[in-house]
Amino acid sequence: MRRNYVVESLRQLFGWKPTRPSKEEQPEKLKQIYQGKRGKLTKADLEAAHIEHKRTFGNKWQIRRWATLIFINLLFVISYHFDVQLVEGALTASRVMGFHMADLNSALQVTLAYKHVVLNLVIGTTTVFVLWLLLGGRTFCSWVCPYHLIAEWAEYLHLWLVKKKIVKNHVFNRKVRGVFWLVFALLALVTGYTIFETISPTGIVSRALIYGPGLALIWVGFLLLFEIFYSRRAWCRYACPIGVTYGVVGLFSPVRVKYNAEACHHEGDCRKVCLVPHVLDVTIRGAAFDVDQDVVADCTRCGMCVDVCPTHSLTYEIKGLGKFL
Amino acid sequence: MTDKARSKKKKALVSPKRREQNRREFLRTSALTVGIVSASLLGFIPIAKGSSVRLRPPGAIKDRLDEHEFFAACIKCGQCVQVCPVNAIHLGDIDDGFGVGVPFIDAREQACDFSCDGLQCVLACPTGALTHHLDFPADARMGFARLARPKACLAMQGKGFKGQARGPDFKGILRYAEIDRWNPVPVADHPYDLEICDLCVRQCPIEQRIVECAEQDRQANDDRLARVAQRIGNECPPKHAITLQPVESTDGVKRMMPMVQDGCVGCGVCEMICPVESAAIVVDLDKTADSLGG
Repeated sequence: MRRNYVVESLRQLFGWKPTRPSKEEQPEKLKQIYQGKRGKLTKADLEAAHIEHKRTFGNKWQIRRWATLIFINLLFVISYHFDVQLVEGALTASRVMGFHMADLNSALQVTLAYKHVVLNLVIGTTTVFVLWLLLGGRTFCSWVCPYHLIAEWAEYLHLWLVKKKIVKNHVFNRKVRGVFWLVFALLALVTGYTIFETISPTGIVSRALIYGPGLALIWVGFLLLFEIFYSRRAWCRYACPIGVTYGVVGLFSPVRVKYNAEACHHEGDCRKVCLVPHVLDVTIRGAAFDVDQDVVADCTRCGMCVDVCPTHSLTYEIKGLGKFL
Repeated sequence: MTDKARSKKKKALVSPKRREQNRREFLRTSALTVGIVSASLLGFIPIAKGSSVRLRPPGAIKDRLDEHEFFAACIKCGQCVQVCPVNAIHLGDIDDGFGVGVPFIDAREQACDFSCDGLQCVLACPTGALTHHLDFPADARMGFARLARPKACLAMQGKGFKGQARGPDFKGILRYAEIDRWNPVPVADHPYDLEICDLCVRQCPIEQRIVECAEQDRQANDDRLARVAQRIGNECPPKHAITLQPVESTDGVKRMMPMVQDGCVGCGVCEMICPVESAAIVVDLDKTADSLGG
């Protein structure tokens, strides 16, 4: 039996471990695939596959993603500094060619704190909701959030330090992110202040880019140091409520990363590069429910796994459009 | 049944090492939760101290020193910053606590002179933190001006003023309708030569509108319709904001005193233009024209 995508996504979004299938739940074909691969691949075969993939594929999704992220954030900066009025505002709320957009989490915080439903925010959040529903939910995180890119660079430093055995990665319980989401929602409701916005690196970095740097960047610097020296990608993985909000939107999104067990060598390279590696536990030998399985909604659709997989076992898909592509 | 049995068996099989790891993870995670939530709550300190209270753009939903609702409603996007023609609006930094990203005005550096006429910041605000119940500059209630240092006031000393109001290096800009109706120009490019200093009255946006309206009234004797049309875009303030009144003096020097009136909206242009250091006239935030009676 296949697990319901929405239920499994929610479980993992709120920190539970991925569900493993029992042998009886796996279809015969999948079992044969797992059996068939045993012992057939030599190290040389794998090496060759890697080299070939790197040559032809490279890291094309990472390049596209960085270009998109920088382009979108530059649009804000250019619009203001050259007064072209294409995208006014910051990532928390903006007007795109006059049309309202509002970050879902910021709008939620304001609504809970202010306790009024503001019409412009309803328009703005609806637009943004539909946009990310179409584009994949947490796509916001990896393709738009400026903190994500800085943290990604810091992550390379962290990984290098780990390799040199200078620092160690400390993991936290992932359930805490849901706790943060709830705590900040309640704090906004009870205190009437949008408390999360005070420490949100997304808002701080976005405003710093557009309106100039300020002392608030010290907090962002502290977060980065924490991630470099103590815990890999800690803010995005364990703390940021924005990720939860967009993750929930992504539950119903047709844009997903699809896993196909057939060609997979179960090397685990994808899990090593992933921001949220639990979503890729499905690539472990024996952990899939079916030959084809969608990666759950906590995935930011960043494409790092698509880039790194030498056998194209992980690919982007648009649900329902497969036949037409 | 079988699942339960299996999980029980698993629990029993957790090694001491694994258990220690779990314990540490739990402690780490608790520390992370407490750490981040406390860090965010530090933002309350400037609020409690009152150091986050500032001059806010027109229409900010606040009651004098109580900015709670304004902070709640503001989504910290800075669209108001972007539309201001005189760049008067800035966003609060982290030393404002929960006021980070919330717009404020530093009147001495650059006050709001309403040179956009249509209250662009109010129109730009996506959340109504700058309320749309505001149609004209005269409706704003940002604060209330006060002659804080009467002895320093040039008019009170019976002195005139000649030169650049704030010196050659001052970056602030204002709209001078007689030079350019639509574009503000640097104050430094517009020197004055006044027999008795009346800069706070002369540059007051409310007073300027009253003068404009009076002028229009004079010209439009026979063409009443045209006058109505003009009035729609620039409503005439019903009350004076600041006037210069003679002071009785015994030494024979002609002295004048700036008197803040009920029509003052607290925009801060008087504070900005005042040529003495530091400004003789300032905007108080603990009162507005509406709160004067009570």
